[in-house]
Amino acid sequence: MKDNAINTPIDPKTIKGWGIDADPKNDPTYPMRKRMNADEDPDSKSRPDNLQPVDEEVLKSVERKNVSAVFGTPEPPRGLSGMIRRQAYKYPENQYKRWLPLVLADRVDVVENIVTDLAHGKLPNIWAEKGYDMEWKYNRTAFVTKMATIGAVTAGLVVWLSSGKKNKKSKYVKKDYLSRF
Amino acid sequence: MLAMEYRGPKRVRAVQKPMPEIKHPQDAIVRVLRACICGSDLHLYNGNIPDTRVGSTFGHEFVGEIVEVGTEVTKVKVGDRVIVPFNVSCGECHFCKQEMYGNCQESNTESGAIGGIYGYSHTAGGFNGGQAEYARVPYANVGPVIIPADMDLDDAVMLTDVIPTGYQGAEMAGIQEGDTVVVFGAGPIGITAARCAWLFGAGRVIIIDKQEYRLDFARNYAYCEAYNFEEIGDPVMFIKKITDFMGADCVIDAVGAEAEGNTLQTITGRKLLLQAGSATALHWAINAVKKGGVVSIVGVYGPTDNLIPIGNAMNKGLTIRGNQTSVKRLLPRLIKHVQDGVLDPKGLITHRLPLEEVADGYRMFSNKLDNCIKTVLMPPTANQ
Repeated sequence: MKDNAINTPIDPKTIKGWGIDADPKNDPTYPMRKRMNADEDPDSKSRPDNLQPVDEEVLKSVERKNVSAVFGTPEPPRGLSGMIRRQAYKYPENQYKRWLPLVLADRVDVVENIVTDLAHGKLPNIWAEKGYDMEWKYNRTAFVTKMATIGAVTAGLVVWLSSGKKNKKSKYVKKDYLSRF
Repeated sequence: MLAMEYRGPKRVRAVQKPMPEIKHPQDAIVRVLRACICGSDLHLYNGNIPDTRVGSTFGHEFVGEIVEVGTEVTKVKVGDRVIVPFNVSCGECHFCKQEMYGNCQESNTESGAIGGIYGYSHTAGGFNGGQAEYARVPYANVGPVIIPADMDLDDAVMLTDVIPTGYQGAEMAGIQEGDTVVVFGAGPIGITAARCAWLFGAGRVIIIDKQEYRLDFARNYAYCEAYNFEEIGDPVMFIKKITDFMGADCVIDAVGAEAEGNTLQTITGRKLLLQAGSATALHWAINAVKKGGVVSIVGVYGPTDNLIPIGNAMNKGLTIRGNQTSVKRLLPRLIKHVQDGVLDPKGLITHRLPLEEVADGYRMFSNKLDNCIKTVLMPPTANQ
């Protein structure tokens, strides 16, 4: 395979001149990173001895070799949003196929939870969840104006759309193409 | 226990949830004493971070008292009051050993790019956060730092993220003595970065924002010049003019994905989510820094792409540096700065709300109501 031949790893130390101009002080990552030579810490890629048991579904990035030693457990994937998430995690993080479905899944998740709430007889308290008390207290004029505008635009759209249907119906004259036969 | 719960974009509530459990021998359970709402929580709140699941509890800025420890926890014990850095870090991986505690390889299964962060979506590991009465703290031998006896809890909670992040923003800018430093964003992080820029020897510090109350706050708190970008016209041209058309030596982006000021960026980044947030501040930063200068990014963006003038960055020979803050690395120095009176973290706090009113807190901070700079949430158990 030609590509494999090109990509055969090479020990950089075998390259003539490797590292002769290295200047550790010219390190743009410092001081975020404590400089460490590999031979100072031969065990530098170690991980904790004990691993958190994977006793529920955890989605793993394909860019990782393994499940991390600890991970968060709340809200495992479920329902339609969970199906979308599982698909998304099949792709690497540099692809839109990874991220855009997750954004979609987040929105589907919201709808699923509203449906679940309603099915359990819970009506979401949108006013409280959105913190509108604060708008009412500190930003009343702008808040009322915004809500009135949204209400007016929504009402206008509803009226326009419904009148459009009526107009279409009224303009439509049913022709009796069969009568001539 | 009572905990904040995400319900969808701009919808959160406080509800009863199950108590957190020890899942790993190095876990601890912490009774939360203070938790803050961070500017980066707003990216989650607005639905801009992929894989933010309904039911999640946010909150990566919290301090608390240890109430339970796993079998391998030796560095802290029940009853200790601790600062919990916002990063979840193992202390043993390739990156933690180099003090890159914000880049831990063993705390996030769901992404190869991001280390684990409390309460910051499944993209950052799926951990529940500290805007609750109790929280699970993995790797309790590594992250938590015992709060000094003489330290105010309000100061301590600000050391979990905002102060270290502002400090690291200034640190990454590579400020040299006498440099002109521009900070975009006068939120808590930007104000802190402006104040910390002096600690590195800056000669002039300028902060840019559009909220007058924040600019006033920054002038007083960070002793810096502050300008409203809605009044100065093009901020890049403004900076060029006041630097003899050279540009600033260092520019810090302390805004991130929620930036305002450019319609195209706002529509494509914040409304349509075609970018990983609006990159207006980063765009300005690259264009406003001088040739050979440094752009330091501490503003948070999503994991996809952004429209930035990378050609200008190359042509100008810029160094662009960014990272999630390595809180653990910085804490010893910052605790000393607080104890010596060099930094005044709690001076940033403007609001204090009970956890039950978390939805009001988010709305207030998000829409910049009542001159809000920084909100602390008080769980009911905080006073036990």
